[in-house]
Amino acid sequence: MRRDAGFWAGLVFAALVAAFLIVPVILSILAGVTANYQRGILASGVTLAWVARVLDLYAHTILLSVKIALATLVATLVLGIPVAYALARHQGRFARLVEEALVMPVAIPGIATGLALILAWGAVGAFRSHWTFILAGHVLFTLPFMVRAVLAVLLGVGLPVLEEGARSLGAGLLYRFVTVVLPNARPGIVSGSLMVVTLSLGEFNMTLLLHTPFTMTLPVGLADSYASMRLEIGSAYTLVFLMLIVPLLVALQAAADRAAGIGRR
Amino acid sequence: MRGADRFTLGALLAPAGAFLAAFFLLPLVLMLRTGASGPDGLWTYAAILTDARYLKSLGQTLALAAGVTAATLVVSGIAGLFLSRHRFRFRRLLVAMLTLPLAFPGVVVGFLVIMLAGRQGLIGQITQALAGERLVFAYSMAGLFVGYLYFSIPRTVLTVMAAAETLDPALEEAARACGAGRWQVVRDVLIPGLRPAFLAAGAICFATAMGAFGTAFTLATEISVLPMLIYAEFTVSANIAAAAALSFLLGAVTWAVLALARTAAGGTVAAAG
Repeated sequence: MRRDAGFWAGLVFAALVAAFLIVPVILSILAGVTANYQRGILASGVTLAWVARVLDLYAHTILLSVKIALATLVATLVLGIPVAYALARHQGRFARLVEEALVMPVAIPGIATGLALILAWGAVGAFRSHWTFILAGHVLFTLPFMVRAVLAVLLGVGLPVLEEGARSLGAGLLYRFVTVVLPNARPGIVSGSLMVVTLSLGEFNMTLLLHTPFTMTLPVGLADSYASMRLEIGSAYTLVFLMLIVPLLVALQAAADRAAGIGRR
Repeated sequence: MRGADRFTLGALLAPAGAFLAAFFLLPLVLMLRTGASGPDGLWTYAAILTDARYLKSLGQTLALAAGVTAATLVVSGIAGLFLSRHRFRFRRLLVAMLTLPLAFPGVVVGFLVIMLAGRQGLIGQITQALAGERLVFAYSMAGLFVGYLYFSIPRTVLTVMAAAETLDPALEEAARACGAGRWQVVRDVLIPGLRPAFLAAGAICFATAMGAFGTAFTLATEISVLPMLIYAEFTVSANIAAAAALSFLLGAVTWAVLALARTAAGGTVAAAG
């Protein structure tokens, strides 16, 4: 391929955009391990004291966020896989309608959905201050991602033919579901699961309204530290969050690539 | 559809359907009703469209979302097309860098803008050293714009790259063989071919920017974008009717934009984050 001026201009442009995205992340990571950011990392030295301080102050938010993310995953698996299977088997007008209804919670901003949840369920017993209140919001927001990931894979593997084969051999619905549908849907389930956990761990727009002082999640804690703590603590907290989320994002990319390969087949 | 099939279909959809009804449809209906529960009744919905403060916020939010969408499409379009049409040594690394912030929450993006353009930010340090004056714009409209651009680029680059992979390279070859220059190929082959992808990505970008909250919350700007206004009405002013009506308006706008784009582009279009 020829490497003319256009190529180099494009390369420089793409590199500049990448720098815009990555440089602040690096700055934030460095600030999290710098004794005094104002004086600089070279003058004041490297320390893990801020990270320790964050774990001291905010460990409960990390644990709660992980708990909610895992519970969200279980709920979206239980609710979502049957929906994806039903939609893969019946591609009619009704299926379109179900898909449309399912995607709506994602099309509406989190703050609006959060407000609506509070208006409907905020006064019902102790639900408002229980962590499952946040769980309900997260499931609402992540369910479409699970359904779509699984559905794309199921449509790609030619499910009706596979199932017909199993049925002709006398396999019942439940048996087919376990031995034919689930194994074939696996790449979609993996990429959908990673997506759901990643989104739940980072959800803020809705959670800020849904949380109470007893149910502070990691992103809400981040906002709290940005507003009221020194820059180094906010940075160290961000560092902890990145260590949680970046491996998930990397795995998600790999899983999505694999699932997309099947979806296109 | 046979009767047994219909039963199975219903049984498969029932749990998710019940969940959606209880935690989405019912809350939405109640919110619509709450919006009409203030002293002005149903007129609250008309009042929010005539109140100067609300209108200003709506205008600013629309302008910001439109500006971010335009800038994102240009930046991600160029970067995405470049990366999908060239193979070179550090391409994978560059793609990884461009897509890493995918799904970073808005709060974190707000903090990254502070690292870049805040009081102790990099740009401030550089301008201090070069010009003796500290340039700080994180807490202004420019800061919001940079933040929204930050979280819109990775998603859009991915969409553009995925769409460009599916375009038949033979079309470009043919155009080039017919003597078309680089810009002619872009204008007459790539952009028309990528139109559906640009439309979908633009709609997602616009709707996400309209509803984005975390970045504005972290930057705590005096610019009151619609989600910040809703938050303030609900928590500070306890004006629940107005907060509900504004939420409904915001939801209607983002939903309509995504639905329109879906009709125009085909396929599924939905915002995330």
